[in-house]
Amino acid sequence: MPFISNTDQQRREMLAEIGMEAGELFADIPAELLSHPPDIPEGLGEQEVLGRMRELSEQNRTGLTGFLGGGLYDHYIPAAVDEIIGRSEFYTSYTPYQPELSQGTLQAIYEFQSMICRLTDMEVANASLYDGGTALYEAVMMAVRITGHQRVIVDETVSPIYRTILQSYTRNLGIEFVETKSDNGLPDGEHIREQLQASAKTAAVVVQNPNFFGCVNDLTGLADLAHEHGSLLIASVYPISLGLLKTPGQMGADIVTGEGQSLGLPLSFGGPYLGFMATRKKYMRKTPGRIAGQTLDKNGQPSFVLTLQAREQHIRREKAMSNICTNQGLCALTATVYMSLLGKAGFGQVAQLCADKAWYAQRRLLEIPGVKLTFPTRWYFNEFVLDLPNHADRVVRRLLQESVAAGFPLVRYYPKMENALMVAITEKRTKKEIDMFAHVLEASL
Amino acid sequence: MKLIFDKSVPHRRGVSLASNDISAPASLPAGLLRQAPAELPELSELDVVRHFTNLSNKNFGVDTGFYPLGSCTMKYNPKINERVCRLSGFAELHPLLPQLSTGEMLVQGALAVLYDMDMLLREICGLAAFTMQPLAGSHGELTGVMIMAAYHRQQGNRKDTILIPDSAHGTNPASAAIAGYEVQTVPSDAEGVMDIDALGQALGSHVAGVMLTCPNTLGIFNPKIAQICKMVHDVDGLMYYDGANLNAVLGKCRPGDMGFDICHLNLHKTFATPHGGGGPGSGPVGVCEKLEKFLPISVVCEREDGSFFLDYDRPDSIGYIAPFYGNFAIILRAYTYILMLGKAGLERVSENAVLNANYIRKKLMPYFDLPYPQTCKHECVFSASRQAALGVHAVDIAKGLIDRGFHPPTVYFPLIVPEAMMIEPTETESKETLDEFIDAMIALATQAQADPRAFQAYPTTTPVTRPDETLAARKPNVATLPTS
Repeated sequence: MPFISNTDQQRREMLAEIGMEAGELFADIPAELLSHPPDIPEGLGEQEVLGRMRELSEQNRTGLTGFLGGGLYDHYIPAAVDEIIGRSEFYTSYTPYQPELSQGTLQAIYEFQSMICRLTDMEVANASLYDGGTALYEAVMMAVRITGHQRVIVDETVSPIYRTILQSYTRNLGIEFVETKSDNGLPDGEHIREQLQASAKTAAVVVQNPNFFGCVNDLTGLADLAHEHGSLLIASVYPISLGLLKTPGQMGADIVTGEGQSLGLPLSFGGPYLGFMATRKKYMRKTPGRIAGQTLDKNGQPSFVLTLQAREQHIRREKAMSNICTNQGLCALTATVYMSLLGKAGFGQVAQLCADKAWYAQRRLLEIPGVKLTFPTRWYFNEFVLDLPNHADRVVRRLLQESVAAGFPLVRYYPKMENALMVAITEKRTKKEIDMFAHVLEASL
Repeated sequence: MKLIFDKSVPHRRGVSLASNDISAPASLPAGLLRQAPAELPELSELDVVRHFTNLSNKNFGVDTGFYPLGSCTMKYNPKINERVCRLSGFAELHPLLPQLSTGEMLVQGALAVLYDMDMLLREICGLAAFTMQPLAGSHGELTGVMIMAAYHRQQGNRKDTILIPDSAHGTNPASAAIAGYEVQTVPSDAEGVMDIDALGQALGSHVAGVMLTCPNTLGIFNPKIAQICKMVHDVDGLMYYDGANLNAVLGKCRPGDMGFDICHLNLHKTFATPHGGGGPGSGPVGVCEKLEKFLPISVVCEREDGSFFLDYDRPDSIGYIAPFYGNFAIILRAYTYILMLGKAGLERVSENAVLNANYIRKKLMPYFDLPYPQTCKHECVFSASRQAALGVHAVDIAKGLIDRGFHPPTVYFPLIVPEAMMIEPTETESKETLDEFIDAMIALATQAQADPRAFQAYPTTTPVTRPDETLAARKPNVATLPTS
């Protein structure tokens, strides 16, 4: 029997030693409940199951030349990342409740928190949250706790996927959700000001940078605006972009969250990914999730523990800051290894490669007659929106036949933008691939 | 051990990146750029690999040794699962592909896994439908309570309270409170299960539901579970099954048959996916038929021609609770595990988990107090009260176990047992391992009588010993920032 160590002989010995019959083990369960055991197929051997799973994996279409982004990006993952996270001392351990047996996990979390702070220019980060979307929801709840206000302003340039998540949670929790209209690809400061003035009870203004359309913004003015009205600024960011772009910390954001998938995690059809959250020191005790801290052991040696646990569910129960228990431990470790391998210069270089290639792609694609930038006056990092002469959905379908994932048609979330195609570039795309993309795109129009 | 930042050497480089084949660099205005590079460490690939390899040596996992952390089900994580989730047809799949027009046909293998996993979990739990979306157990709880709220809204019920036993995991009251409910605690009776009279008194039209683990955190199956479900259903309340302890009854009986309406599972517990040093988990939620329409968007469905699609048109749904389709690579691992276990394997899991727990219970009974001495399921909860009277507390016994090569049990939980030591051996451990653990526990009990002061030194074999948690919380140092 797979994964059971005891032999039948040992089972009999064990029962005899403790003076029990096998039948007694489940005698406390009423007989009628035991009368419908689940009926699933009989088990497969390891070789058979690998064959079955390989077959299923081959029913998925990978190997496309990808220009699909939308918050999840196809970056190169250095070989050393997989080797390290494949060490089972890391992946078969649990939440570090016993610090003496978990200094490896705890120090790695502390280093992760430090790297997230350095990347975002914030003072405090937690040990991770589930993903970028739920991290943004946790940030909103945190702002509600800090300000005592029950209203949140979310700009429409925030990922529509994240906005739908925020809407689900806020609707259930009775928090007023206000969406502001964008102005030519960026948040409309005037509209946000009006909404802030409309109620003195706004907990936070939520923005994203680069935003869903790929447009890069300086959030300083929006942060000032939020603060003038007693609100916080929450910024969702794309971590790779911070190798190049002005940081949310410099721009005055109060809570920074993001999707850390780009930091060494495979796309894996939606997860597991990595939510991160960073904030100002003054809000540390309002932060959800695990936090590792440095302390001294009883011999005065520096050591690490989970700290500030009085915020958490296992201590505070219904009064906890969040119900979160598990974080994304192994994914946070992945990101820490990735950031360490790239290092100070390499991280900036990846960001620059993305920006350079995207800049080239933008100009190359704009040479195609009838193709225009949807927001021509804006700046971009690695993703941008094109207006095509025809329906973007149809173009994408045609290009899939050429093994090109051309990008994301925005019509799904912005019904008026039928011809808009969002194109993402990472350091993995070559000039040759971009030229080929331009060629097949032109031919398909 | 030095922090990684302290090993940094200026201009040292790790991985080499692809060369830049673009001649004209992007030039964003200076006002949009960061002023100085992020102070990440500057290391060679060897430096990084060695740093993290050495950190891994300061960790204890299931692969290192026995890890009887109660309620966490630290069973062996089969290696085949790790290989499956790295297959490029899964690992390289972009989650937005099915949102392209005709894109669903590009991900049929992945949708087949999600669909079939739903079918298997329905059968295993006796429920009508599952969502794979919740990203961890506690996320599943929140999803379940939101479904509860949606049901009562549609029924026109005015309900503001969720009842939770005093033995519950902390996530239960936290999830209920975050979803906007008042939490009322129901005491346990002398047998360690929910006090049925107290439940009767607490029940009323204001009660939205009850969250229960069954067996509970004492490892005790509540024989009156059907009666409890009926009492709650009589006030149009819903029964929520915290699946954290499903390992105890896997393949034997089903939450749906017990009368539960909603159930979350922890794939990293019951279904052998790695705990990862604290995640990622995965917390699928199953519901009975009348709640199916409230499940989160999207849902994987099958067409008549046998192909799969994602249904986004669900007007009664609680909406989106996660961006995509759950922690897919975790679901893949659990799916692989279930395919390998099969029908007979499921039953073997609970039979061996329960035998192992009772073996420990019986063998240690003479040495430690056992407040609830009846047959347990997957775990047993001892109290170190007898030893505490001599000055040796549960935490001291935990640290003593570390020196003897074991991960300690969960201590000081559940809250209703003083000096609790919650031991969950799981089905994958052998008699030899259990015997060694039992011997170590007996040796510690003996030592507690002979030389209680010796425990103050434990553990002595670890890189650090008894870190000062009060200091950590009083003067938080949670990040090291560059000195500029």
